[in-house]
Amino acid sequence: MPYLGGEETVRELRRALSNPNVQSDPLRYRNTILKVIRTMSQGVDVSGLFSEMVKACATVDVVQKKLVYVFLCSYATLNPELSLLVINTLRKDCQDPNPMVRSLALRNMTNLRLPSLVEYVEQPLTAGLRDRAACVRRVAVLGWAKLHNLHPSSEIDAAVVNELYSLLRDPDPVVMVNCLRALEEILKEEGGIAINKPITHHLLNRLKECDIWGQSEVLRVLQRYRPQSEDELFDILSLLDSFLVSPHPPVMAATLSLFLSISSNLPVISLAALERVSGPLLAACGSGSREMRFAAVCHIQLLLRSVPGLLGPHYKRFFCGYAEPAYIKERKMQVLVELVNDENVAMILDELKGYCTDVNTDTAQAAISAIGRIGRSYSDRCLQILTGLLGLKQDHITSAVVQTMRDLVWVCPQCSDTVCLALDGCEETLQDIQGRQALLWLLGVYGERISTAPYTLEVLIDRVRSEASLGIKMELLTATMRLFLCRPAETQDMLGRLLHYCIEEETDMCVRDQALLYYRLLHCGIEKTREVLQGRRSDPSLGVLIGRPAKPVSQWARCFNTLEPLSQGAVEAESDSRGSPEHVTYNSKPNADLSDTLSCSHIEEVHSGAEKIEEVDCAWIEECVRCPAVLHCSPQSLQAAMQLVNIQTLAFTPQQMLPWRVYLYTHTQRSHSMDAPNTTLILGELLCTGEANQKSGVKKGTADSEAGAEGKEDQLVRKEMDATADRLRVSEDGQEEEEGIKVILNQQPKDDDALRQFLTILITVLNTLSSEKD
Amino acid sequence: MISQVFILSSKGDHLIYKDFRGGAGNDIVSIFYEKVTALTGDQPPVVMNHKDIYFVHIRQGGLYWVATTTAGSSPFTITEFLNRLAALVKDYCGSLSEKSVQMNFALIYELLDEIVDYGYIQTTSSDVLKNFIQTEAVTSRPFSLFDLSNVGLFGAETQQSKVAPSSAATRPIQSSREQGGKSEIFVDVIERMTVVIGSNGLLMKADVEGEIRVKCYMPSCSEMRIGLNEEFSIGKSQLRGYGAAVRVDECSFHQAVRLDEFDSHRILRLCPSQGEQTVMQYQLSDDLPSALPFRLFPTIERDNGGSAAINVCATIPVPKGSVSLSQELSSPDQSAELKPQSRAVVWKIARFAGGTQLSALFKLEVPSLSSASMLEVGPVGLSFELPKITATGLQIRFLRLSPIQPGPSQRWVRYVTHSDSYTIRI
Repeated sequence: MPYLGGEETVRELRRALSNPNVQSDPLRYRNTILKVIRTMSQGVDVSGLFSEMVKACATVDVVQKKLVYVFLCSYATLNPELSLLVINTLRKDCQDPNPMVRSLALRNMTNLRLPSLVEYVEQPLTAGLRDRAACVRRVAVLGWAKLHNLHPSSEIDAAVVNELYSLLRDPDPVVMVNCLRALEEILKEEGGIAINKPITHHLLNRLKECDIWGQSEVLRVLQRYRPQSEDELFDILSLLDSFLVSPHPPVMAATLSLFLSISSNLPVISLAALERVSGPLLAACGSGSREMRFAAVCHIQLLLRSVPGLLGPHYKRFFCGYAEPAYIKERKMQVLVELVNDENVAMILDELKGYCTDVNTDTAQAAISAIGRIGRSYSDRCLQILTGLLGLKQDHITSAVVQTMRDLVWVCPQCSDTVCLALDGCEETLQDIQGRQALLWLLGVYGERISTAPYTLEVLIDRVRSEASLGIKMELLTATMRLFLCRPAETQDMLGRLLHYCIEEETDMCVRDQALLYYRLLHCGIEKTREVLQGRRSDPSLGVLIGRPAKPVSQWARCFNTLEPLSQGAVEAESDSRGSPEHVTYNSKPNADLSDTLSCSHIEEVHSGAEKIEEVDCAWIEECVRCPAVLHCSPQSLQAAMQLVNIQTLAFTPQQMLPWRVYLYTHTQRSHSMDAPNTTLILGELLCTGEANQKSGVKKGTADSEAGAEGKEDQLVRKEMDATADRLRVSEDGQEEEEGIKVILNQQPKDDDALRQFLTILITVLNTLSSEKD
Repeated sequence: MISQVFILSSKGDHLIYKDFRGGAGNDIVSIFYEKVTALTGDQPPVVMNHKDIYFVHIRQGGLYWVATTTAGSSPFTITEFLNRLAALVKDYCGSLSEKSVQMNFALIYELLDEIVDYGYIQTTSSDVLKNFIQTEAVTSRPFSLFDLSNVGLFGAETQQSKVAPSSAATRPIQSSREQGGKSEIFVDVIERMTVVIGSNGLLMKADVEGEIRVKCYMPSCSEMRIGLNEEFSIGKSQLRGYGAAVRVDECSFHQAVRLDEFDSHRILRLCPSQGEQTVMQYQLSDDLPSALPFRLFPTIERDNGGSAAINVCATIPVPKGSVSLSQELSSPDQSAELKPQSRAVVWKIARFAGGTQLSALFKLEVPSLSSASMLEVGPVGLSFELPKITATGLQIRFLRLSPIQPGPSQRWVRYVTHSDSYTIRI
């Protein structure tokens, strides 16, 4: 805050500070200094008073000393020369018989943050490490860390490091924890303090002496430790068990983090720990501090990813209080959606229904989309609520309801009848862009069942000149085209007008291009148009897999007890419900049990490594799968099926065409490595050259030389894709069986496990698809 | 690890700013405040980030308490720290407000200096801190009897004549030695109720979160014994005594509490340190032993006689676009007003005698009324404060201090039940 009259104030303060009468009266002197600090914290630059304040430092009054130090530490970097004057006083104070004065002097000496003073500070710091009083040792230990960070490049004396290691055995627990912290900072380059068995056991044994801050710090550092034997692991776990149910959330969370990291390859233990920790986490959800509640709810969301049914019986704890802030309400609703089951669905829906009319529009919309999510499993009840909400005729509610209905219909086509009936008349209330876009999509796709659809569109087409939003125009074009296909008589005229406007008058290139595309498409004949425009109107395959599969703990263990779940989760959920037809994406987590149920015969040939590709860090797999029917799948359903397991299709040939091929890619998580970039990119090609077992002559001599173009990492996916795709074509496929589809996979960086798992998933998908066709 | 800590008033004035690690830009506070004000809602998210600086903040006493940190820090630790800091400031300054923080900034800097060093939390125990803190607290008004905003007229139950003034516990802990050593101890049983009542009058959810809080102004108190109801039981299976049991679902204690007599006699032993601390926390869901304090069908009725509720406030959401309100209230000390901003009628009852029934009739004028508008009415939210009553029935049987305090000392036991969220569907 800029403070008017700052200069005047500074001048006045200087006069007062140098007034001998004031200096001789301790109380007045202290009050003047108090005024300086007050002005300082109001944001006025009082650095001009530095020399006067340095003088004020030499006093026996501890309160005054502390005040002056606050000032000096803030401005020392601006006045390095004058600060030298303080050093003498500080060094003298380090000899003071009163330990409080010693620690104060030592702390502020290191807080001045002046590289030039380092040589004066080292000696008192060394002495401080051996001080009798614990409070001085605490300060001295951290002082070394501060000193190191002033000169990050310079080596700290090995003797000091050794001394710090030995101070881990200091009787004072805070000194011990500070040593940990200081060593972590000083040895950052070597990866922090060496956590070996004796140190770990020492720290664990003294954990009870620390306060909660110390405990959480120690537990965090111990995450790096890997027990040498299973017995040791279980000893540690049982020792820590009481901390897991600590009433203090910081300790509980740190303990769980440690549990998850040291038992990362024992999933049973991790799950048991999650169950045990759910009690204290729930208690934190009811904490008096709403920020703490928020943190707890966010972490519960993480837990639910792995153990979906964990808190089912406690769903009532996630009902929102009416005075709670919107950010907590939103998270609680997300949790409620996860906890729905046959018994509680009525209660939860009833509760969510109450939030739909909330004063806060964000909360209301979040509640509506939560109902939509539940609608995927309990569509009738939810549609009833949603339809009822339309009756309110409020723009933000109607908009959210229409968007929710669109998403719901995409997943559950059986809802479409109810939705079509409900849509009548809501175009009058809709104001915002997303809501109108959703309505247009529904009108286009289900136009034949909504009697008023052409009239609604006509009104919009008449107003298209004044329409500002690009998205609406595009959606309007598509919707009108679709409607034309099913109700040509009523729509022909308005379609003509719309196309005319968009091609002749519209200034935006996107809209114009799309209109031109449709115009030419119509020239190709109605059948072709139909083929292009009337694709899927729903995604039936999504319906089966609605229940979220439990994900392994390792997927989120690393971000547990960090700020990540608090900041990122909301974004994730939001992007989930926006945008036209919603695709539920699943992480391509290899669920191996799926492949067991389906038998797939395939001959596997793995050429791993160098003979084909120069780069060592690539993996290469070729193999044949027998699932002929896949050829007859429509590209859309193939794409949808792939997306279900998070495989993205890049390009494919039309069905029935030979040679038939599909290019695809995906990212997978690296399963074992704990460090560094942990995703790998897999590129793949599906190729079928047809019954005749052609010696595919499609290669067109695309050069192998392009292999070098492969990028370093995954960023330039597309470019890389082209390069690889070309290269893939070169592969020989002589030994292919009749009616087989050849799968060629390429991966970078190499991770055999992930590649195998990916292959299993891919084959499963292909088999499922062909069995559907049969 | 905490890089900076600062306290802002709700208007964005810098009250306290402390940089522990150095190297941060001076504009960090303004960046934070811009982020807060840029949001439309009045409730900014707890965690916000600017590049790789993360701001974690809490709201207490109308102030923003902000810590900046890195992405890998524990949110639990940082929020707990900020809460603890606010509690300590409250202990040392007497109360939490913009004014008290402004007047005691030197004290707060001193506190921060001792609590955190180089971004690492050193200690927050008031026992340790009292040896280091030298600055005296400045209180704005020694006893704010007339400050009705924090009325909490809880009396000691057995001594009706000797009622502690509401502000007795809002004074700084340090001044006790100067103010003639008035040694006092307060034991507060505070319960927060979260209730949802369905439109048919059936109880849908009832949660009670309770805590026993000790506020100690005694310089020398080595041990304190708090006796709870003998029939107090934890969990569903365990029942004690013959009378109506006082039951809670879960219960946790402060780490300083010794529980060796808890199993047999329900006695908590502890050495209270100066200032405020939560000795025990407990929670109970669903089956409350006593009847609910408020009912509302068309009226609000209050059973559970013998006492009175204060500061009762009913918030009734009304249809959007309501323009005016006419009201019929049963007594002059109530008030009701229409708040178009939050789309609600707020009915305030300063004092609500036990066993009585109050009625109010509100007439709203809604120009564009449709049948669907009726859906927008309700649910009613009720906020209240019930002195001298605990919803779980938990009681303090006795409170003994040892060694026997020299000179006069006063012990206060107070009970209060707050509404956390009391919702009645219409």
